[in-house]
Amino acid sequence: MSTFEFPPSIRSRPVYCVLQARPGKAHLMIADAEGAEALIDLALRAPELMAKAHVIYIPKATDFGAALKALNPAQYYEGPSYSAAVSRIKRVFLDASMGLQIYLSGTEGLMGQALSEAMQAGYDHTAIQTEHRGSLARRMQCVHCKGITEDVSNDPFQCSHCGLNLFVRDHYSRRLAAFQGVCIDAEEPGNVPPSKELYS
Amino acid sequence: MTGTAPNSTAPKTVGAAKLAVRVSAITTLNALVTRFEFQRIDGTDFPTFSGGAHTVVEMMDGEKKRLNPYSLMSDPAELSTYAISVRRDDQGRGGSLFMHQKIKVGDEMALSYPVNLFVLDLRARKHLFVAGGIGITPFLAQIKQLEAIGGNWELHYSCRSPDLGSYVDELTENYPHATSVYYDDKKQSIDLDNLLDGQPFGTHLYVCGPKGMIDWVRKTATATGWPQAHVHHEEFLAPQPGRPFAVRLKKSELTVEVGAQESLLEAIERLGVDAPYLCRGGACGQCETDVLDSDGTFLHRDHWLEDDEKESGEKIMPCVSRFEGKILVLNR
Repeated sequence: MSTFEFPPSIRSRPVYCVLQARPGKAHLMIADAEGAEALIDLALRAPELMAKAHVIYIPKATDFGAALKALNPAQYYEGPSYSAAVSRIKRVFLDASMGLQIYLSGTEGLMGQALSEAMQAGYDHTAIQTEHRGSLARRMQCVHCKGITEDVSNDPFQCSHCGLNLFVRDHYSRRLAAFQGVCIDAEEPGNVPPSKELYS
Repeated sequence: MTGTAPNSTAPKTVGAAKLAVRVSAITTLNALVTRFEFQRIDGTDFPTFSGGAHTVVEMMDGEKKRLNPYSLMSDPAELSTYAISVRRDDQGRGGSLFMHQKIKVGDEMALSYPVNLFVLDLRARKHLFVAGGIGITPFLAQIKQLEAIGGNWELHYSCRSPDLGSYVDELTENYPHATSVYYDDKKQSIDLDNLLDGQPFGTHLYVCGPKGMIDWVRKTATATGWPQAHVHHEEFLAPQPGRPFAVRLKKSELTVEVGAQESLLEAIERLGVDAPYLCRGGACGQCETDVLDSDGTFLHRDHWLEDDEKESGEKIMPCVSRFEGKILVLNR
């Protein structure tokens, strides 16, 4: 099962929904890994979307590609990573018109970054649907060195840039598409609690 | 007044502080619309405002104090003057007629501080304006604001006839490529489906005009996939007359009879009770009032309360809504 019920948290923490078909001139669907399942479920409920859909998919070592392609979207792209896909995503927003519906699914890092791109293109974040599926790993920003560490699944963790031991906060930046990591042993260097898997 | 800097020009209580002004110019635009310009009596600049803001004009009509909201249509960068355009409404409650018939250059009046319930979303890649009739006024200030910062905008303006097309000449002369005008009497109308189709991603849509136009634009936009956050509208309702009714104000320990031609808010103010308000048109939510007891029917007319709140009988917006029945007790 690729769904997870996040416990209630602070206001800053993003909350996710179940993707719903909405009227639109075109439909942009961006997913990674198990996020494909949310798109497949959406297409089952609303097959009419697919004739006007552009699917951008990053498999991340899963094999949902064939099933997504079988939904027969108007455009289908599969890329090896978000960084590889982002220039295409920017281009889509540049060319898009109002009436485009945006559906994001998969990991928080993927959804957050795609949402941030849409915001930079002038689109309101509240109008974008997001459905979490798959990994609970987070995209973290070290508040000290500002470096981003992708796919953090343990708390605390070591910043991949400056090496500080960071506490995984629910405090989130929509603009950066990252949660904030704060030094956990600033007062007593070396006193770091054992690292645990997130939500374990 | 604690917490307020001694030199602050900000109102101490929202809606309470007034700007003392003198009418500096009156310009008849056409058979229905007249522009009024104001300057401050103390000669200082007006407070800054952003395009889309309105002011509530206080009119002393004999014994009666009238308070009507009008959009500021002057240039937000020109603070020596505030200007409004008033459409004469012969069937209305008399505020616009009072402005047209009684107000002379040099008269002293009071204006509220500006309040903006129809702001530009400056994150927009493009601003698409749809105006009907006197609904053009907030856009005039917004256009000036956007011109000053090189903003991307386009106006579609529907009027009854060339004779009644307020500011059409100014707009088509200054912004010929951004302005499209449609005249009802020439059977011209905005091709809305076509207009909304293909607008660049990140466009915001703004509509101001008669209720029918606002509903049409919002409905069409929603049906074609425009999110609510990108569709803005402004519609001031005027309070409608109705049957007189009695109200008990619990906190003030007063009872008041609301007259047929008077709004509930006006009746409360008549007793000297300080009730909050901003727009006086059912839009802003400032005057929301708790109902403590009631036996009768609420005539909710505002755009503020949700349907379930209206049905609950626990809230009322006294600026535009009325009541018919035996008992109404408000927490005021």
